[in-house]
Amino acid sequence: MKKTVKKSVAKKETAKKTASKKVATKSKTSNKLLNIKINGVDYKAPAGSTILEACRVAGIEIPTLCYLKDLNEIAACRVCMVEVKNARSLVAACVYPINEGIEIFTNSKRVVESRKKTIELILSNHRMDCLSCVRSGNCELLALARANGVDDTKYQGAKTESKIDDSSAHLIRDNSKCVLCRRCIAACTKFQSVGVIGTNNRGFKTIVGSHFDVPLGDTSCVHCGQCINVCPVGALYEKTDADKILDAIRDPEKFVVVQTAPAVRATIAEEFGAPIGTNGEGKMVAALRRIGFDKVFDTDFAADLTIMEEGTELIERIKSKKAVLPMITSCSPGWIKFIENYYPDLLPHLSTCKSPQQMFGATLKTYYAEKVAKIDPKKIVSVSVMPCTAKKFEIHRNDQSAAGKGIPDLDYTMTTRELARMIKKLGIDWNSLPEEEFDSPMGTDTGAAVIFGTSGGVMEAALRTAAEILAGKKMKSLDYKEVRGMKGIKEASYTVKKGLTVKVAVASGTANARVLLDAIREGKADYHFIEIMCCPGGCINGGGQPQVSGHIRNTMDYRAKRAAVLYNQDKSMKLRKSHDNPDIKKLYKDYFGKPGSEKAHHALHTSYVKRNWT
Amino acid sequence: MSKSAIAFTGTKEQEKELKSFISAHKNDPGPLIMIMQEAQKIYGYLPVEVQEMISKGLNIPMEKVYEVATFYAQFNLVPRGKYHISVCLGTACYVKGSQKVLDALEQNLKIQSGECTADRKFSLDSCRCLGACGLAPVMKVNDEVFGKLTPDKVPQILSQFK
Ligand code: SF4
Ligand code: SF4
Ligand code: SF4
Ligand code: FES
Ligand code: FES
Repeated sequence: MKKTVKKSVAKKETAKKTASKKVATKSKTSNKLLNIKINGVDYKAPAGSTILEACRVAGIEIPTLCYLKDLNEIAACRVCMVEVKNARSLVAACVYPINEGIEIFTNSKRVVESRKKTIELILSNHRMDCLSCVRSGNCELLALARANGVDDTKYQGAKTESKIDDSSAHLIRDNSKCVLCRRCIAACTKFQSVGVIGTNNRGFKTIVGSHFDVPLGDTSCVHCGQCINVCPVGALYEKTDADKILDAIRDPEKFVVVQTAPAVRATIAEEFGAPIGTNGEGKMVAALRRIGFDKVFDTDFAADLTIMEEGTELIERIKSKKAVLPMITSCSPGWIKFIENYYPDLLPHLSTCKSPQQMFGATLKTYYAEKVAKIDPKKIVSVSVMPCTAKKFEIHRNDQSAAGKGIPDLDYTMTTRELARMIKKLGIDWNSLPEEEFDSPMGTDTGAAVIFGTSGGVMEAALRTAAEILAGKKMKSLDYKEVRGMKGIKEASYTVKKGLTVKVAVASGTANARVLLDAIREGKADYHFIEIMCCPGGCINGGGQPQVSGHIRNTMDYRAKRAAVLYNQDKSMKLRKSHDNPDIKKLYKDYFGKPGSEKAHHALHTSYVKRNWT
Repeated sequence: MSKSAIAFTGTKEQEKELKSFISAHKNDPGPLIMIMQEAQKIYGYLPVEVQEMISKGLNIPMEKVYEVATFYAQFNLVPRGKYHISVCLGTACYVKGSQKVLDALEQNLKIQSGECTADRKFSLDSCRCLGACGLAPVMKVNDEVFGKLTPDKVPQILSQFK
């Protein structure tokens, strides 16, 4: 098979634009080293670095709070202030560039006192209930307070008024803990180009909110949860059904089944102290059994099912003369909300496939209830563990109850973080858990399904199946490396047989999706198939994943490490193509007939609604 | 910022004027503040309907417009009433009890400071020293100054503006 990679639309990619600008300044200047002095010691550092970066190279850490590299470089919090010889006042290390001969002091009395005072002032307008706070285990403010020996009672006074906003399906905003770092606003605006939150009012009355202070649930928020992921404190956290799930488990009448998304295994171990990039699948399965779920299944099964349905739909569209192309994936509920809000005219491009989570629930309460377990679907409680907060919105969408009215495909969903909390709360010791395997049949998967959890994975999985069907023979290579990686927009074309070259594009982060959608609107996108995931990098960086502190975000690409977990697992598997999954074959034989059948359409496909944006 | 229950009374002509201003200037560098100033000139204030026209016209989130509207004191989110009352909370007036006068006005008009009555007759606000400290506490109704105020004088003064 011939592979060519073309760049056209990708040039406009937003995330890359900023990134490459940075790299350009660096690579242009990194040849040039400047002489600098930090705390009296001589160092060399690349021209163009900030004080923060130069100090890091020298092994000296300066504490930060608001700063996120390439995302939020606004010097809002003043935590990172350092002294520069001959400068009148202290400077913000996160944005201040070094120059030849600069002398920096990061630990002078003046600096240490200023830092302490800054943190004390932040705390003075902060509702501190660390004991019960959802972030007490990984709060960046608490860590700063501890490391700098602050007196948290020093400044007492009025606190900015705020109300708790629990209006949206997925998250709670508690501004009494907000430190006004604006990281959430940057994520919403720059990663997602949604921008439904910003700073309202000014001075002491400043709060983060939406236009005319409408609750978040009344805006065109896409429920991605990226704002939660970047928040350093407990001001943003997901809504939870954890207690309802545990109640269902305790109820002997209920048959409680859990499915876990591919990306959860790539991150859950982080919550228990393992390094980023640890595969936690086996222990996770063991933990779910110990929590008491009756069956522990794998969303991967439904990812393979999705490929069968979506692949068939794609092939039909390619073969038909009139069908709408490019076809776009529909696995990511945040992305669905985004296109419904912002590009409703392009909805015919969306695949009609439900997301894997929903396909799983639909199959569970129809096929599995009827043919395998032989129980009343009303007794089944369908639960998912997802890397995603948008799933909390998705499970309540219309047309998501294949087994009949009042029998939803999914009853509850929880994030990776919520599962970790549940495991801790129930006293299950992660480190001593054995590695266990998923139950069958809905726990059987292929490598194609595993990589669904990262940007490019759905595309690669689809290509593995579609190319073989279109070509009518087995392909030599199963690796579609051009669509892998953390770039915001990727393009490739593959000649699957003589006269048929399939052109594809992949985008993650809805700001990048916009670039492709605008190209479609302008008639400039001659792709056959586009994969879009709402979160930058895909589900491994979903809004329900373990929060990565600013310090780590600023120094490594944690997303690539998480994605590597999935690619490694894929590589090690015997079955790597969705259409080779034996239990999927059986499912079609015993129940759905063939992909795209009427029965499959009823259970596994859906429709979309036009919405407005604010 | 409180939302007022005041019906939007913008006309087709005003809308046309704003929209053509937006299309003429939307490609200028940083056009938002200038367009908001023009909108305020046309409508007198920036209600949600007008902010939405700006947001859609520039293809930027509503919150971007609201953020600017609530940051700069020059922008009004509520209309001015036919009679605009401004109570001085400068030091001299404050010491002599102007806060109580403001409270009485709020009670009488059933609006908060910064709001406008539903019939658009009165709007209420506070200000700093009006330079009439000798008469403290002081307030202005449009351009007319009232001094030596007490809360119980409020109903009588209001009744002059029916
Ligand atoms: S956000 Fe941090 S400092 Fe604030 S209550 Fe929670 S843990 Fe404590
Ligand atoms: S969930 Fe996503 S879209 Fe909604 S406010 Fe947060 S970042 Fe913005
Ligand atoms: S909600 Fe969190 S991320 Fe957003 S400004 Fe407040 S502290 Fe920062
Ligand atoms: S000002 Fe530098 S980290 Fe906030
Ligand atoms: S303080 Fe009110 S007029 Fe001077």
